[in-house]
Amino acid sequence: MSDRTPEQQEADYFAARAKAAAALHNPPARTVAAPETLFDVTEMELNFGPQHPSTHGVLRIVLKVDGEKIVDAIPDIGYLHRGTEKLFETETYPMAIPHTDRLDYVAAATSNHAYCLTVEKLLGVEVPRRAQLIRVILDELQRLSSHLVWLGTSGIDLGAVTPFWYCFREREQILDFFEEYCGARLTLNCMRIGGLPFDLTPGWIEAVGAFVDDFPGKVDDYETLLTDNRIWKKRTVGIGVISAEECVEWGLTGPVIRGSGVEWDLRRAQPYECYDELDFVVPTGKNGDTYDRYLVRVAEMRQSAKIIRQCLDRLEPGEIKGKVPRVIKPVAEEVYASIESPKGEIGFYLVSNGTNKPYRLHVRPPSFINLQALPRLARGHLVSDLVALIGTVDIVLGEVDR
Amino acid sequence: MAEKPAAKPAATDASAHPWVAALAAAVPGAVVAAKEFARQVTVTVAREKIVEVGRHLKDGQDFKYCVDVTAIDWRDRQPRFDVVYHFYSFSKNGRIRVKLGCAEGEEVPSLSTTFLAANWSEREVWDLFGIPFSGHPDLRRIVTWDGFQGHPLRKDFPLEGIDTGAAIYPEEWPAGAGPAPDDPNRKVLS
Repeated sequence: MSDRTPEQQEADYFAARAKAAAALHNPPARTVAAPETLFDVTEMELNFGPQHPSTHGVLRIVLKVDGEKIVDAIPDIGYLHRGTEKLFETETYPMAIPHTDRLDYVAAATSNHAYCLTVEKLLGVEVPRRAQLIRVILDELQRLSSHLVWLGTSGIDLGAVTPFWYCFREREQILDFFEEYCGARLTLNCMRIGGLPFDLTPGWIEAVGAFVDDFPGKVDDYETLLTDNRIWKKRTVGIGVISAEECVEWGLTGPVIRGSGVEWDLRRAQPYECYDELDFVVPTGKNGDTYDRYLVRVAEMRQSAKIIRQCLDRLEPGEIKGKVPRVIKPVAEEVYASIESPKGEIGFYLVSNGTNKPYRLHVRPPSFINLQALPRLARGHLVSDLVALIGTVDIVLGEVDR
Repeated sequence: MAEKPAAKPAATDASAHPWVAALAAAVPGAVVAAKEFARQVTVTVAREKIVEVGRHLKDGQDFKYCVDVTAIDWRDRQPRFDVVYHFYSFSKNGRIRVKLGCAEGEEVPSLSTTFLAANWSEREVWDLFGIPFSGHPDLRRIVTWDGFQGHPLRKDFPLEGIDTGAAIYPEEWPAGAGPAPDDPNRKVLS
């Protein structure tokens, strides 16, 4: 380019623009092979998304359909890729926490928590007991709010509009608790390496306590609308059945694997913070279909309320932050830590080179791995069932694309 | 005032760890090094043995769940990349980390037929680091688009990004558009 004179360069520029404009206004004619007869067409391609409301974000699925039946579904992701893992490498350890909010943006607290836990593991820092309890409360509130979003929106996707209003009524209260605690409602940034940024405000414990005591009654309300609803059962029972072995093979975690009957929950399997002393059950399903995954999530909401109640009762005044060096410079080592997020196992793999910035910080997002099995779940079902399946896998595209 | 923590944690040799010993016995010549840090076992294996290692861990040691596949770019080191796998065993309730070194352009045998879960993760490693996996059924870019130039998580990829018109108007900006790796306009993250 450099050997061209400015005039020639300008001429080139206008020529290129004219060509682009011509291409835009006179697109080359598409050649579509005409079918022999109208009814010989057995397979066609259909774009589902990226702006379809039931994809819960920007997910595109290329469907191969035979009539209404799905022959294959190929997810196309990356529309929300922001290079979060690259950004992590340019900023110091505490500066990564707000970025983790933007991964799973309906459950920011659990992403914060998983990241802080990873760095604490690398540093060998102890978190004070009060901070542990408050972290568990925030996690479980977040699990409630995430499951409420899931229940409301996947209900709407399948035509059940009423549960949405009930779910968002309660979710609003939970977001108010978060706002009271840390000032934010969605992107919470509510944990710090070694503990918490703030102590609880006066009256917070009582307000949350009153909420969780009422909450099982609210869950009863949702269940009245859905659990024995004939339409709901028609749309969910036997849809997207996956066996326990296949779940392991595909790396599925969270309510999906529990819906297939595997009692595996990181809160129970590898307890972190103070989960080992809390009394809760890990609900599981039997058939591994969409309906069982619904039952598992609803049962989990009841358990979360129970966990929060126990933590509130155990809270005692104390420190909220452990002994963390002012400048965080861990040893040059690597560590992986994961927790149970509402969607499954969220893990962080951290590689340090001894400086104050992570050399490499990789996120293991549950939604990304769970979405991978969508083609397996969708094959053979109808197009309208795909909507139910996207809902039941419970993905958040911020986490899928990072 | 923040105090210094009393003892900094340090890694220890883990070649005697039962998982590592069983792996070394089952796949001769696979284990290059092994260490334990924060109660996490890391085994470095030979690149060409990774499929056998994966099969042994899955069938011989019950590490049935492939948690994650990712990579690290060490830029100036030889070999340049590390590919890192995490496996979990339900019966042992434990994780093992398997690493292998891989130079620029070298192919890593794919684990996606042994563990279905590795499929997308390996595509992501290919997309973001440019490490090709041989035997992968569908090695396409996953979070960036087809026709994207470069591999964003490499340390020499500019943080500001690159000028990519390529995907939108391929007739105007054919493959290869955007600053080349030796172009002074392409800023490098230190």
